Amino acid sequence: MWLTSKIKQILLVLKPGVVTLKYPFEPRPVAKDFRGQPAWDHHKCVGCGGCAAHCPARTIMIRDLCQELRAMVYDGTRCTYCGRCADVCPEDAIAMTEQYELATDDGNDITVRLELFMLTCRRCGRCYNMETTNLIDKMGLKGFRYDQLEMRAVIPRATERFEAKALEESDRYKRPQT
Amino acid sequence: MLAKLCKKAFPKSLWVYHCNSGACNGCDIEILNILTPYYDVERFGIKVVASPRHADVMLLSGAVTRPTFPLVKKAFAAMPEPKLVFGVGSCAFGGGCWFDTYHVSGGGATAVPVNYYIPGCPPRPEAIIYGVALALGLVDKKAVPIDLKQVEFPIDAYERNKAWEDRNVIYELLKH
Repeated sequence: MWLTSKIKQILLVLKPGVVTLKYPFEPRPVAKDFRGQPAWDHHKCVGCGGCAAHCPARTIMIRDLCQELRAMVYDGTRCTYCGRCADVCPEDAIAMTEQYELATDDGNDITVRLELFMLTCRRCGRCYNMETTNLIDKMGLKGFRYDQLEMRAVIPRATERFEAKALEESDRYKRPQT
Repeated sequence: MLAKLCKKAFPKSLWVYHCNSGACNGCDIEILNILTPYYDVERFGIKVVASPRHADVMLLSGAVTRPTFPLVKKAFAAMPEPKLVFGVGSCAFGGGCWFDTYHVSGGGATAVPVNYYIPGCPPRPEAIIYGVALALGLVDKKAVPIDLKQVEFPIDAYERNKAWEDRNVIYELLKH
């Protein structure tokens, strides 16, 4: 009885053949419009901060090192790959790649860090100081610009001169822990 | 180094305990998906067991919420040595969207020492297999931190402006 059932099973299996993928030893292409790790094009980025304001998980942090230098840090540990940053980017500087093999033993491995040159006003040299003067921008950006209240304490506002100390402190910034 | 250690510590089959610490079931469905014949993970000798006392590996999915926090710790303590923890999904990695809310402890690393992280929301079944294969030493790590820089401007705008203002006497005349 059991033998006939086994023979039946073999005959059933013969039709589809082997369906198991040989994945880790063979590459497996993704489907169309798959959203993997976001990739930045630092030549196109204007540093508007739209991606940081739209990110639901607040993975993108903006730090103004001085008037001309803005650092953007993408912390991929809590990224949900929703693609809203790529949608909202006016310059198409962010693209969702097809890279999904991101398993790692260290959280810092999927961090992207951008250092942007911000153009200042030719006349006064500090017109883009939205943090202190422009109230509407202040309201929009306040919740999203820095990850935590401690982060605001590190760099409260853009400084006119480059501060090596601020850069050093922001480099030592640890990801949020409870 | 960790991969080599894993190879030595776990020469044969890995028995996996699947621990859901407040996940949305997206990661759990993908974990069940890799046990199907299509992504047959049992060819590596991986088997899902019901009790942490039988397990070598804990697959932790979900941001560790406040009610599950002591339970995850207990389950980890119940596992025999040597043991590994895999964080599956963005929630177990950094807390997901809820990394700073009051009822979430912010990622699996706050409760148990996580050895390998598999990001994704949810991760593809291939990504989970890749993470397991990485731990077993079958594939190389692909993720690297990226540092991008725009070309630095050669002109110091402030000093140039200051020099221009110093030269321009008309400013002084307009002030009065």
